Amino acid sequence: MGVDNSVSVEKFCKNFKIEINRLTEDDMEFDMIGIDASIANAFRRILIAEVPTMAIEKIFMVDNTSVIADEVLSHRLGLIPLHADPRLFDYISVKSSELEWLPEGSQLSMAAPAQSGDKQKTFTSFSQSQKEILEKPLGVKFKDITIARLGPGQAIELEAHAVKGVGKVHAKWSPVATAWYRMLPEVVILKEIEGDDAEELVKKCPVNVFDIEDLGNGGKRAVAKPRACTLCRECVMGPNGNQVELRRVRDHFIFTIESTGALPPEVLFTEAVKILEEKCERVISELS
Amino acid sequence: MEHGSLDDSSSSTFSIMEEDHTLANSVRFVLNQDPRVAFCGYSIPHPAENKVNIRVQTTGDPAKDVLKDALQDLMVMCHHIRGTLDTAVADFRGNKPAEAMDIDLNKK
Repeated sequence: MGVDNSVSVEKFCKNFKIEINRLTEDDMEFDMIGIDASIANAFRRILIAEVPTMAIEKIFMVDNTSVIADEVLSHRLGLIPLHADPRLFDYISVKSSELEWLPEGSQLSMAAPAQSGDKQKTFTSFSQSQKEILEKPLGVKFKDITIARLGPGQAIELEAHAVKGVGKVHAKWSPVATAWYRMLPEVVILKEIEGDDAEELVKKCPVNVFDIEDLGNGGKRAVAKPRACTLCRECVMGPNGNQVELRRVRDHFIFTIESTGALPPEVLFTEAVKILEEKCERVISELS
Repeated sequence: MEHGSLDDSSSSTFSIMEEDHTLANSVRFVLNQDPRVAFCGYSIPHPAENKVNIRVQTTGDPAKDVLKDALQDLMVMCHHIRGTLDTAVADFRGNKPAEAMDIDLNKK
């Protein structure tokens, strides 16, 4: 173990900062300062493709007299976000093509199957085959997603099996609506700008990055909100373009994570970091 | 899987299965911070195949050990990131009720 090596990690640990901007149940925006692009990108890739979730994988159709075809309906059902904590479940041990019907058959509490000509009635119910795992039954996160519209006399009866998987295999298992980062823009004023030039610059910017500070003789323009800058380059166009330089701060990442609901966004990020650690461990044990 | 020479253990190529840019780029970055490393890079031989080659050339130490150290450092960094995030979330949640009160005052 080289002493020099540990110094760079210590330097990282000392300089690394996280500042949370917004944190709600469904999304979060936070700043990571002092980290390299390769690691920030690794987290983004893991969030999108390698954090596991539950999604419907296998559907047994009993009755589908709706206008939506079986496979289209199944595809839609697979994409619905489920309100299930994937950490409580294991990956499936049988191949999905070997899943079987539930032994007691359909567990709907309807008295008799719907007949054509019945008055329009919609009935949605979920039941999981291992009731011991959760006290509350597995359900969808958002109850207002239209799966299929039924006309009079049409019915859909099916049995769906949800399976744990990762986004790499199919996008339905991705736990984030999306996750992205951008680097903090840096607006540098090369020469002092005064008076009319300053006003012109303030007007040029469509998102009001610049602000005017008053000096004794004329206005001096200062950069007020570099974070809002969209790098549209309006301020560097035209004859006065070389007064301002636009750059990005190399180690300041503004991360946004939008969760589909299975896990809250801060838990998702923690899981992504854990997965990167597991990858490292796996390679270390392979090397030994 | 390590591809190297038997007499010179300071340079070798590590071929890792079931990995891609996610791990390889991060490891490459950490390796480059190590002063013992003379050269370090990674490549993906074919995008359809889930394999990544990491080349490490050191100034004398065995390449395998240097790679292992880099992976350990990456794990330490991840651990630190997790801790920092937890603290930041706790702080944010602790401060939030105070901020909510401020907003009400402004509305009045």
